[in-house]
Amino acid sequence: MSTRLQTGGRLIDRNARRGFTFNGRRLEGVAGDTLASALLANDQMLVGRSFKYHRPRGFVAAGAEEPNGLVNLGTGGRFEPNQRATTTELFDGLACASQNHWPSLDFDIGAVNGPLARFLPAGFYYKTFIQPRPFWKHVYEPFIRQSAGLGQVPAERDADRYEHFYAFVDVLVIGGGIAGLQAALAAGRAGARVLLIEQTAHWGGRAPVDGVTIDGHPAEAWIARALKALEGMENVTLRTRCMGAGVYDHGYALGYERVADHSPGDTRPRHRLWKIRAARIITATGAIERPLSFAGNDIPGVMLASAVRDYVANWAVSPGDRTVVVTNNDDAYRTALMLREAGLVVPAIIDARPTASGPLVRAAREAGIRVETGRGIARVKGAKRVTGVALCAQAGEGAVLEEIPCDAVAMSGGWSPVVHLWSHCGGKLTWDAGQAHFRPDPERAPTSHDGAPFVIAAGSANGYLLAGEALADGDAAGKSAVRSLGMAAKGGAVPKAEAEAEGPMTPVWMMPQGAGAELRMKMWLDYQNDVKVSDVQLAAREGYESVEHTKRYTTLGMATDQGKLSNINGLAVLSQSLGADIPQVGTTTFRPPYTPISFGAIAGEARGDTFQPLRRTPMHRWHEENGADWEPVGQWRRPYCYPRDGESREDAVGREVKNTRQNLGLLDASTLGKILVKGPDAGRFLDMLYTNMMSNLKPGKCRYGLMCNENGFLMDDGVVARIDEETFLCHTTSGGAEHIHAHMEDWLQCEWWDWRVYTANLTEQFAQIAVVGPHARDLLEKLGGMDVGAGALPFMAWSEGEIAGVRARVYRISFSGELSYEIAVPASQGLALWEKLVSAGEEFGLMPYGTEALHVMRAEKGFIMIGDETDGTVIPQDLGLHWAISKKKDDYIGKRAQQRAHMVDPERWQLVGLETLGGGVLPEGAYALAPDQNANGQRNTQGRVTSTYYSPTLERGIALGLVRRGPERMGEIIEFATLDGTTMSAKIVDPVFYDKDGEKQNV
Amino acid sequence: MLILHCPHCGVDAEETELAPGGEAHLKRFGPGSSDAEFESYLFHRENPRGVHFERWRHAFGCGKWFIAARATDTLEVFGTYRAQTAAPPQDIRDAITAKRPGWAWRDLA
Amino acid sequence: MRRYSVFAVAREAARYHTGWERAWASPEPKKRYDVIIIGAGGHGLATAYYLGKNFGITNVAVLEKGWLGGGNTGRNTTIIRSNYLQDPSAAIYEKARSLYETLSQDLNYNVMFSPRGVMMLAQTEHERRGYERTAHANALQGVETSFISPDRVKQLVPIINISGPRYPVLGALWQPRGGTARHDAVAWGYARACSAMGIDVIQQCEVTGIRQKGGKVAGVTTSRGDIACDKLGIVVAGHSGVLAQMAGFRLPIESVALQALVSEPIKPCIDVVVMANTVHGYMSQSDKGELVIGGGADGYNNYTQRGSFHHVEETVRALIETFPIISRLKMLRQWGGIVDMTGDRSPILSKTPLENCFINCGWGTGGFKAIPGSGWGFAELMARGASPLTEAFGLDRFREGRFIDESVAAGVAH
Repeated sequence: MSTRLQTGGRLIDRNARRGFTFNGRRLEGVAGDTLASALLANDQMLVGRSFKYHRPRGFVAAGAEEPNGLVNLGTGGRFEPNQRATTTELFDGLACASQNHWPSLDFDIGAVNGPLARFLPAGFYYKTFIQPRPFWKHVYEPFIRQSAGLGQVPAERDADRYEHFYAFVDVLVIGGGIAGLQAALAAGRAGARVLLIEQTAHWGGRAPVDGVTIDGHPAEAWIARALKALEGMENVTLRTRCMGAGVYDHGYALGYERVADHSPGDTRPRHRLWKIRAARIITATGAIERPLSFAGNDIPGVMLASAVRDYVANWAVSPGDRTVVVTNNDDAYRTALMLREAGLVVPAIIDARPTASGPLVRAAREAGIRVETGRGIARVKGAKRVTGVALCAQAGEGAVLEEIPCDAVAMSGGWSPVVHLWSHCGGKLTWDAGQAHFRPDPERAPTSHDGAPFVIAAGSANGYLLAGEALADGDAAGKSAVRSLGMAAKGGAVPKAEAEAEGPMTPVWMMPQGAGAELRMKMWLDYQNDVKVSDVQLAAREGYESVEHTKRYTTLGMATDQGKLSNINGLAVLSQSLGADIPQVGTTTFRPPYTPISFGAIAGEARGDTFQPLRRTPMHRWHEENGADWEPVGQWRRPYCYPRDGESREDAVGREVKNTRQNLGLLDASTLGKILVKGPDAGRFLDMLYTNMMSNLKPGKCRYGLMCNENGFLMDDGVVARIDEETFLCHTTSGGAEHIHAHMEDWLQCEWWDWRVYTANLTEQFAQIAVVGPHARDLLEKLGGMDVGAGALPFMAWSEGEIAGVRARVYRISFSGELSYEIAVPASQGLALWEKLVSAGEEFGLMPYGTEALHVMRAEKGFIMIGDETDGTVIPQDLGLHWAISKKKDDYIGKRAQQRAHMVDPERWQLVGLETLGGGVLPEGAYALAPDQNANGQRNTQGRVTSTYYSPTLERGIALGLVRRGPERMGEIIEFATLDGTTMSAKIVDPVFYDKDGEKQNV
Repeated sequence: MLILHCPHCGVDAEETELAPGGEAHLKRFGPGSSDAEFESYLFHRENPRGVHFERWRHAFGCGKWFIAARATDTLEVFGTYRAQTAAPPQDIRDAITAKRPGWAWRDLA
Repeated sequence: MRRYSVFAVAREAARYHTGWERAWASPEPKKRYDVIIIGAGGHGLATAYYLGKNFGITNVAVLEKGWLGGGNTGRNTTIIRSNYLQDPSAAIYEKARSLYETLSQDLNYNVMFSPRGVMMLAQTEHERRGYERTAHANALQGVETSFISPDRVKQLVPIINISGPRYPVLGALWQPRGGTARHDAVAWGYARACSAMGIDVIQQCEVTGIRQKGGKVAGVTTSRGDIACDKLGIVVAGHSGVLAQMAGFRLPIESVALQALVSEPIKPCIDVVVMANTVHGYMSQSDKGELVIGGGADGYNNYTQRGSFHHVEETVRALIETFPIISRLKMLRQWGGIVDMTGDRSPILSKTPLENCFINCGWGTGGFKAIPGSGWGFAELMARGASPLTEAFGLDRFREGRFIDESVAAGVAH
């Protein structure tokens, strides 16, 4: 059984007890525990079930590479699935539950998949569930989906908050082991701005566990001194619980800081995403031990040798009373020695190498531990817990020589550098045959904007697995980083780390090497996804030879650990199956993040009300207080209408339209784009920008203009006012202000850069209020100020002066067909003027109106709306706007495009009005039917509805539409298809439904 | 995540400050041009796997347009210059040739 | 080809699966083929398959510089839908979708087409009108869609937040027979079926030149020698520009990075594909339990298969806004692919200035869903010189201004 030892545990405080629950059972750990160490201390080795066969699963590792120990963590708004217990710090009150089983962890119905494993090899689903066809959707897939997934689905909104940090540094050091610390020291001493991040809560990495001494002292003492030195440097920032998640182009890196995962609800943000720009990145990310592939290597109790060491040294937890060590290298002997020192039994060290003779081996033998070289494990005995191992000759086929009872197995297949961050941005790897691993190829580092390498691997992440080499490499990396940035590296003696020397390792990819099919079906490569040696061999046999094919066919390395334990082992099996060298087969692509990071952290603070910036007009608050029913328009919010008590939206819109037409309406038009175009060449420029002539507009006058893109399509419209000889104010649509301004600048800066023109987007500088209706003039005259009479301010003119004591520009323009003034005042005066208009307008029956009433009124007048009548494929010629297209100009943006074959085709659909025969309203987006079908069996059409409304003014449906040769077909009746399969007849009519002669707007 | 130097305001701007604007140094064809010329101007793009000249606007900065000489296969930036330039300046061309011998302006082969 | 079935699996289980044959052969290139297809992605393999199946043309080679299905076929978010606005798009995507319905049986390879339904949310009035228009268009195109209410949206996707605060859901365009399929399986299934017809699928064979004679295609030069052919089809997604250059013509195409990501697997929580275009994100759940997520493409030319992180950030924000419960889930993996963007964002299936050389490219962000229809139409174009499915997608449309613009339904704001 696994248990807490009486002494030791460098990271725990035995006196600070921490209560927690697992599957509802109350357990106790201590401060400094991880959830994994606390569970093991309570003899909870079985912690989950695998994905495919629902095999019992226990902890294999002690850190980020753990594939098995995933739990549903927390409750309510703090619930999180798939949380890795090995990297979860224990806190008081933690509640967690195991995953992927029913009805219980100990008795799981899904485990019937285990005995069936033989019938469920890699990719079996590609070969089955094919017939009968309807069964896939109705039987097979629902079943597969129900068995999919690991953790539970959160039921509530996230109770936590998240934030982003930005950091700009010379050197980012990822990994706070001894190599990373030394790299940071070297870079920091040179004066570089350094950020050093470490994924766990502790500095120093493996060195303190592995008994390393530095400059003659225990590693811990050196680590403490190094930290003190770093903390004393103003140019160095240190962060624990902060993982290097990804490395991106041009020195961009992500740090994932788990600020409050270990103290939920303490008001701090739960996670913090660091967006780091670093000139150089040092990846001192360590190495991960590889499992060995022997039959039954997935039974709970089989662990990595280094993890066993971690549990003993860091948390004083023994994974078992009797632990067999199986290895192909010297490092695992450390585990045996440590277990022995802790008073535990090591029945044997099974060493696959023919001979073993390093100092560690000698020490083990001297300690009286039985060492069996040239041996392997034929199979592990046990179901939910190891009960023993069967010994065999590594060179043989697995004939059992002896059975050794034990309750834990510590395995080591060698070490693989963590090359993920090196590889994210294109760093290449080289195969190190001596250590049987891929390590970074310094000749092919990721390159930055200047073409120079910007990532430097250091320490065991660079293939320097021995402490002495790792520390020296960290120093070299720090110095090389600052030198490459033109800084002088400071000298000083490089600390000397020492650990027991190690003899050479021997690659072992299968144990025993001649294992037959039955054993290979029990050798797990990917514990979470249940991929075995036999699966990879099957993939190779069937021609899925590329490493990417094998991965995808077998799902090797696609689990939540992304193959940290399985990739190299699987790759080796594949290359052996293909008879190819490992480097020739290559690796799959490493992609961010290093370990999964929360979506909350990625989104940061932008959620809910702050999801996107909200743009508010100066009158926004008034609208809110007066019951506006909002409509999002870009990042603005505009009142759609102002419903009164008991009114539906439709009622409100109808009332607003009628009141505006009969009395007086008020519209907040502040969102309209307002772009100032100024300079000696301003007129010439606008002539290119608009389809019509603007240079001949007189100061004091307004003109409606159309803007096309170079493809000829209508992109925006609006009224242009000439302020003076050199100055124009161009109004754009609400959604168009920014991109039209950008469009202007594009042409000015990139094509006609010698033209003397200046533009400024003044949209937010002005509040703009449309005063609309028969009483518009009465109201303005009542408020007093400038002359707004028909003589002084005729239709399509503007003038400047004061209204109600506020400086204003007043434009006599109309989008409703009524007598209308648009009053622009400085934004700060907008609300004041609006309120004055509202109170003074009471006697005239003034009511505010929203965007929908605006739409209805413009449709009644046959005015087009960008985005309704246009959709990015419509040219002004389609909309009967020939009058706004200058014939005199040689050129304007879009003119050449409008001369192309398809644009001058007389068959194009053109704007008309549509009147239903019964007075009903045509459905939005309906198409007009034409006879027959096309070659693809689609019904032919001859037009479509672009705007359709119930007109409160005319008390019937009105619509605008585009119809083939429409203007030539006035009076013709065409059929529109509705979605219920019926049709509606409509007559083609003039698009102007109301006040055709414009008498009302011109008064 | 690119960083490009804005030659107008001198800032090394982060990609999120910038708006891309497509291939640079296109010659505009207007009325009077042939259908083929106009089609080519609007649509045909070099789209090289290698050295590329492209327009960027320092949209959330000084607002000015500039041109970047950049490799599309490595994202290396050889230099940036103002958009008010008819063809890549010699120093930029030299910088590219130094890194990629044999490269020549508008030689797509 | 030995047929796949549950009985075959059971038979093999008895001998530890040692008897399975290769899914596709690994032949040496011949000196000459009737047709060479460059690119063994989904579109290239499907083209070869339908050349054989529909036209009896099996002296065909599909040349692949890397491994088959290794480009965008294996990198996309596997969404299948045909709820397009414009007739030519709806025709080819619906052809594809209907072929997907029976593809597993047709290929004897389970591609796991899952018609779970695709929903496109309307979150502005403008978008709502756009989708209502699309629903009308689809009704006449023979594409089964409808515009559904916010309540129905909530019923189909209980984890969705329909009430904003910024962009309340106003309804959705719903295609019940849209869905997803297993992307790798589509490439593998076609490759196996091609191989069974005697078509040579040749991996690790990079085309380095296109040989011409008298304005006609004569063959290709490859890393494995010269190969002659009568007809050539270029079907290479992100690298179309490079191949077109070899053939001596230019394309209205730019190559940009498109990114996607997946969450860790969780128990089933979303049964349909949801696309939220106003906030720029889409999401579905794979049969393994991962949430499969995508968003917008980068705006600049890029061949690195790496995108910029801020796009991921925007996408994740959008989806937390739409599905608040995903905030505490974790991103497992993000990746990128190179997509071809044409001048009107619609694909090109066309003859080229070089006689007997055809090109199929420009699928942008939406190629996977089109694979069977694209292969069907392109095979017909190559075999007969014309196909109603591909007619509108010719290169000539750019000269004439005859665009197929699908951004229409949700493009311009007012």
